Amino acid sequence: MAISFQNALGIHEKALNVRVQRAEILANNLVNADTPGFKSRDLDFKAVLGAESERQSQLDMAATHGAHIGAAGSGPNGELLYRNPTQPSIDGNTVDSQIEIAQYLQNSMDYQASFQFLNSKFKGLTAAIKGE
Amino acid sequence: MSLNRIFDIAGSGMSAQSVRLNTTASNIANADTASSSTEEVYRARKPVFAALVQAEMTGRRFTTPFSDDPASAGVEVKGIVESQAELEMRYQPDHPMANEQGYVIYPNVNVVEEMADMMSASRSFQTNVQVLDTAKIMMQRALTLGQ
Repeated sequence: MAISFQNALGIHEKALNVRVQRAEILANNLVNADTPGFKSRDLDFKAVLGAESERQSQLDMAATHGAHIGAAGSGPNGELLYRNPTQPSIDGNTVDSQIEIAQYLQNSMDYQASFQFLNSKFKGLTAAIKGE
Repeated sequence: MSLNRIFDIAGSGMSAQSVRLNTTASNIANADTASSSTEEVYRARKPVFAALVQAEMTGRRFTTPFSDDPASAGVEVKGIVESQAELEMRYQPDHPMANEQGYVIYPNVNVVEEMADMMSASRSFQTNVQVLDTAKIMMQRALTLGQ
Protein backbone atom coordinates (compact mmCIF):
# COMPACT_ATOMS: atom_id res chain seq x y z
CA MET A 1 0.00 0.00 0.00
CA ALA A 2 1.42 3.31 -1.05
CA ILE A 3 1.22 6.41 1.07
CA SER A 4 -0.87 9.12 -0.57
CA PHE A 5 0.95 12.31 0.19
CA GLN A 6 -1.96 14.25 -1.27
CA ASN A 7 -4.25 12.92 1.46
CA ALA A 8 -1.65 12.79 4.19
CA LEU A 9 -0.52 16.38 3.92
CA GLY A 10 -3.97 17.86 3.47
CA ILE A 11 -4.45 21.55 2.93
CA HIS A 12 -1.18 22.68 4.46
CA GLU A 13 0.91 22.11 1.37
CA LYS A 14 -1.47 24.26 -0.69
CA ALA A 15 -1.59 26.89 2.03
CA LEU A 16 2.19 27.11 2.03
CA ASN A 17 2.19 27.64 -1.74
CA VAL A 18 -0.40 30.39 -1.54
CA ARG A 19 1.60 32.05 1.24
CA VAL A 20 4.68 32.10 -0.97
CA GLN A 21 2.71 33.59 -3.85
CA ARG A 22 1.25 36.22 -1.59
CA ALA A 23 4.70 37.08 -0.24
CA GLU A 24 5.82 37.69 -3.80
CA ILE A 25 2.90 39.99 -4.55
CA LEU A 26 3.41 41.98 -1.34
CA ALA A 27 7.15 42.28 -2.00
CA ASN A 28 6.31 43.63 -5.42
CA ASN A 29 3.99 46.24 -3.87
CA LEU A 30 6.72 47.36 -1.49
CA VAL A 31 9.29 47.64 -4.24
CA ASN A 32 6.93 49.81 -6.28
CA ALA A 33 6.12 52.13 -3.36
CA ASP A 34 7.65 55.05 -5.31
CA THR A 35 6.46 54.13 -8.82
CA PRO A 36 3.96 56.66 -10.19
CA GLY A 37 0.62 55.14 -11.12
CA PHE A 38 1.33 51.76 -9.56
CA LYS A 39 -1.72 50.13 -7.98
CA SER A 40 -1.24 48.03 -4.88
CA ARG A 41 -2.38 44.43 -5.32
CA ASP A 42 -3.19 41.50 -3.09
CA LEU A 43 -4.73 38.06 -3.02
CA ASP A 44 -7.89 37.07 -1.24
CA PHE A 45 -6.23 34.24 0.68
CA LYS A 46 -9.47 32.62 1.75
CA ALA A 47 -10.87 32.56 -1.79
CA VAL A 48 -7.65 31.22 -3.32
CA LEU A 49 -7.26 28.49 -0.74
CA GLY A 50 -10.96 27.63 -1.00
CA ALA A 51 -10.60 27.25 -4.77
CA GLU A 52 -7.46 25.16 -4.30
CA SER A 53 -9.05 22.73 -1.86
CA GLU A 54 -12.15 22.50 -4.03
CA ARG A 55 -9.96 21.58 -6.97
CA GLN A 56 -8.28 18.96 -4.85
CA SER A 57 -11.59 17.25 -4.20
CA GLN A 58 -12.49 17.19 -7.89
CA LEU A 59 -11.18 14.77 -10.45
CA ASP A 60 -9.04 16.33 -13.15
CA MET A 61 -9.38 15.23 -16.74
CA ALA A 62 -6.18 13.85 -18.17
CA ALA A 63 -4.71 15.82 -21.09
CA THR A 64 -3.16 13.10 -23.24
CA HIS A 65 -2.88 15.24 -26.36
CA GLY A 66 -1.40 18.71 -26.91
CA ALA A 67 -4.67 20.02 -28.34
CA HIS A 68 -6.72 19.02 -25.31
CA ILE A 69 -8.34 21.87 -23.47
CA GLY A 70 -8.70 21.75 -19.72
CA ALA A 71 -12.21 21.39 -18.35
CA ALA A 72 -13.86 24.26 -16.50
CA GLY A 73 -12.62 24.44 -12.96
CA SER A 74 -9.18 23.12 -13.74
CA GLY A 75 -7.97 26.47 -15.13
CA PRO A 76 -6.38 29.36 -13.30
CA ASN A 77 -8.20 30.60 -10.25
CA GLY A 78 -7.68 33.11 -7.52
CA GLU A 79 -8.03 36.68 -8.70
CA LEU A 80 -5.24 39.15 -8.18
CA LEU A 81 -7.18 42.04 -6.69
CA TYR A 82 -6.48 45.72 -6.15
CA ARG A 83 -6.24 47.12 -2.65
CA ASN A 84 -8.55 49.95 -1.58
CA PRO A 85 -6.21 52.89 -1.01
CA THR A 86 -6.25 54.52 2.40
CA GLN A 87 -4.08 57.46 1.40
CA PRO A 88 -3.92 57.71 -2.39
CA SER A 89 -1.14 59.98 -3.56
CA ILE A 90 -1.27 62.58 -6.30
CA ASP A 91 0.81 60.51 -8.74
CA GLY A 92 -1.76 57.68 -8.74
CA ASN A 93 0.25 55.33 -6.53
CA THR A 94 -1.86 53.43 -4.02
CA VAL A 95 0.91 51.62 -2.11
CA ASP A 96 0.88 52.30 1.61
CA SER A 97 4.27 51.01 2.81
CA GLN A 98 3.17 50.62 6.43
CA ILE A 99 0.17 48.47 5.55
CA GLU A 100 2.17 46.45 3.05
CA ILE A 101 5.03 45.71 5.43
CA ALA A 102 2.58 44.72 8.17
CA GLN A 103 0.78 42.40 5.76
CA TYR A 104 4.08 41.02 4.53
CA LEU A 105 5.30 40.22 8.03
CA GLN A 106 1.96 38.73 9.00
CA ASN A 107 2.04 36.60 5.87
CA SER A 108 5.51 35.45 6.82
CA MET A 109 4.30 34.43 10.28
CA ASP A 110 1.35 32.59 8.74
CA TYR A 111 3.82 30.87 6.44
CA GLN A 112 5.74 29.67 9.48
CA ALA A 113 2.50 28.42 11.04
CA SER A 114 1.56 26.51 7.88
CA PHE A 115 5.10 25.19 7.77
CA GLN A 116 4.83 23.99 11.34
CA PHE A 117 1.65 22.06 10.51
CA LEU A 118 3.21 20.54 7.40
CA ASN A 119 6.32 19.61 9.32
CA SER A 120 4.35 17.87 12.03
CA LYS A 121 2.48 15.92 9.34
CA PHE A 122 5.82 14.66 8.07
CA LYS A 123 6.94 13.88 11.59
CA GLY A 124 3.76 11.90 12.11
CA LEU A 125 4.42 9.92 8.93
CA THR A 126 8.00 9.22 9.97
CA ALA A 127 6.84 8.02 13.39
CA ALA A 128 4.29 5.74 11.74
CA ILE A 129 6.92 4.25 9.42
CA LYS A 130 9.41 3.64 12.20
CA GLY A 131 6.73 2.27 14.47
CA GLU A 132 8.37 3.66 17.55
CA MET B 1 10.44 28.06 -6.10
CA SER B 2 8.89 31.44 -6.27
CA LEU B 3 10.51 32.61 -3.05
CA ASN B 4 13.55 33.07 -5.23
CA ARG B 5 11.65 35.68 -7.17
CA ILE B 6 11.34 37.83 -4.06
CA PHE B 7 15.12 38.17 -4.15
CA ASP B 8 14.93 39.49 -7.71
CA ILE B 9 12.07 41.82 -6.84
CA ALA B 10 13.71 43.29 -3.74
CA GLY B 11 17.03 43.46 -5.60
CA SER B 12 15.48 45.51 -8.40
CA GLY B 13 14.02 47.83 -5.77
CA MET B 14 17.34 48.27 -4.04
CA SER B 15 19.11 49.05 -7.29
CA ALA B 16 16.39 51.54 -8.28
CA GLN B 17 16.62 53.27 -4.91
CA SER B 18 20.40 53.49 -5.18
CA VAL B 19 20.03 55.14 -8.60
CA ARG B 20 17.69 57.62 -6.94
CA LEU B 21 20.21 58.19 -4.16
CA ASN B 22 22.89 58.71 -6.79
CA THR B 23 20.91 61.42 -8.59
CA THR B 24 20.20 63.08 -5.24
CA ALA B 25 23.90 63.08 -4.41
CA SER B 26 24.71 64.55 -7.82
CA ASN B 27 22.02 67.22 -7.43
CA ILE B 28 23.15 68.29 -3.97
CA ALA B 29 26.80 68.30 -4.99
CA ASN B 30 25.98 70.55 -7.94
CA ALA B 31 23.49 72.77 -6.12
CA ASP B 32 25.81 75.78 -6.35
CA THR B 33 27.55 75.12 -9.66
CA ALA B 34 27.45 78.48 -11.35
CA SER B 35 27.25 78.94 -15.09
CA SER B 36 27.08 81.86 -17.49
CA SER B 37 24.51 80.47 -19.91
CA THR B 38 21.18 78.70 -19.52
CA GLU B 39 22.31 75.89 -21.85
CA GLU B 40 25.36 74.89 -19.86
CA VAL B 41 23.92 75.17 -16.39
CA TYR B 42 23.34 71.98 -14.37
CA ARG B 43 19.70 70.98 -14.04
CA ALA B 44 18.30 68.80 -11.28
CA ARG B 45 18.06 65.16 -12.35
CA LYS B 46 15.21 62.87 -11.39
CA PRO B 47 14.86 59.14 -12.03
CA VAL B 48 11.57 57.85 -13.47
CA PHE B 49 10.40 54.61 -11.89
CA ALA B 50 8.20 52.09 -13.66
CA ALA B 51 6.85 48.73 -12.62
CA LEU B 52 8.65 45.88 -14.33
CA VAL B 53 6.43 43.31 -16.01
CA GLN B 54 7.23 39.73 -15.08
CA ALA B 55 7.73 38.59 -18.70
CA GLU B 56 10.47 41.17 -19.21
CA MET B 57 12.26 40.13 -16.09
CA THR B 58 12.45 36.43 -16.80
CA GLY B 59 12.80 36.89 -20.54
CA ARG B 60 9.96 34.53 -21.35
CA ARG B 61 6.21 34.58 -21.37
CA PHE B 62 5.06 34.38 -17.82
CA THR B 63 2.13 32.16 -16.99
CA THR B 64 0.66 33.22 -13.71
CA PRO B 65 -1.59 30.92 -11.73
CA PHE B 66 -3.75 33.95 -11.10
CA SER B 67 -5.66 36.09 -13.57
CA ASP B 68 -4.61 36.53 -17.17
CA ASP B 69 -3.11 39.99 -16.78
CA PRO B 70 0.66 39.92 -16.39
CA ALA B 71 1.68 40.40 -12.80
CA SER B 72 4.48 42.86 -12.43
CA ALA B 73 7.65 41.89 -10.61
CA GLY B 74 10.04 44.51 -9.50
CA VAL B 75 10.76 48.07 -10.46
CA GLU B 76 13.02 49.57 -13.08
CA VAL B 77 14.45 53.00 -13.75
CA LYS B 78 12.93 54.03 -17.09
CA GLY B 79 15.28 56.93 -17.44
CA ILE B 80 16.65 60.02 -15.81
CA VAL B 81 15.03 63.30 -16.73
CA GLU B 82 16.22 66.85 -16.13
CA SER B 83 13.95 69.06 -14.10
CA GLN B 84 12.16 71.82 -16.03
CA ALA B 85 11.86 74.05 -12.97
CA GLU B 86 12.83 77.71 -13.17
CA LEU B 87 16.58 78.39 -13.11
CA GLU B 88 17.95 80.78 -10.57
CA MET B 89 19.41 84.03 -11.94
CA ARG B 90 21.53 86.05 -9.58
CA TYR B 91 22.92 89.51 -10.31
CA GLN B 92 26.61 89.22 -9.49
CA PRO B 93 28.58 91.40 -11.95
CA ASP B 94 31.92 90.74 -10.24
CA HIS B 95 31.53 86.95 -10.43
CA PRO B 96 33.98 85.35 -12.92
CA MET B 97 31.11 83.42 -14.55
CA ALA B 98 28.85 86.46 -14.99
CA ASN B 99 27.42 87.05 -18.49
CA GLU B 100 27.28 90.42 -20.32
CA GLN B 101 24.27 91.55 -18.31
CA GLY B 102 26.07 90.67 -15.06
CA TYR B 103 23.92 87.65 -14.24
CA VAL B 104 25.15 84.29 -13.00
CA ILE B 105 22.87 81.30 -13.59
CA TYR B 106 22.51 78.75 -10.81
CA PRO B 107 20.97 75.27 -11.07
CA ASN B 108 17.29 74.63 -10.31
CA VAL B 109 18.18 72.28 -7.48
CA ASN B 110 15.93 72.57 -4.45
CA VAL B 111 18.14 71.31 -1.63
CA VAL B 112 15.24 70.85 0.80
CA GLU B 113 13.38 68.74 -1.75
CA GLU B 114 16.53 66.72 -2.39
CA MET B 115 17.02 66.01 1.31
CA ALA B 116 13.42 64.79 1.60
CA ASP B 117 13.98 62.63 -1.49
CA MET B 118 17.15 61.24 0.02
CA MET B 119 15.38 60.20 3.21
CA SER B 120 12.56 58.62 1.25
CA ALA B 121 15.04 56.64 -0.87
CA SER B 122 16.92 55.51 2.21
CA ARG B 123 13.71 54.35 3.94
CA SER B 124 12.58 52.48 0.83
CA PHE B 125 15.97 50.80 0.64
CA GLN B 126 15.61 49.69 4.26
CA THR B 127 12.15 48.31 3.55
CA ASN B 128 13.57 46.25 0.69
CA VAL B 129 16.32 44.89 2.91
CA GLN B 130 13.70 43.86 5.44
CA VAL B 131 11.70 42.12 2.72
CA LEU B 132 14.83 40.23 1.66
CA ASP B 133 15.59 39.27 5.22
CA THR B 134 12.10 37.89 5.81
CA ALA B 135 12.19 35.94 2.53
CA LYS B 136 15.53 34.51 3.60
CA ILE B 137 14.06 33.31 6.90
CA MET B 138 11.13 31.74 5.03
CA MET B 139 13.51 29.90 2.72
CA GLN B 140 15.67 28.70 5.59
CA ARG B 141 12.57 27.31 7.28
CA ALA B 142 11.55 25.53 4.09
CA LEU B 143 14.93 23.79 4.03
CA THR B 144 14.34 22.29 7.45
CA LEU B 145 11.17 20.48 6.33
CA GLY B 146 10.98 16.97 7.79
CA GLN B 147 13.81 17.48 10.26
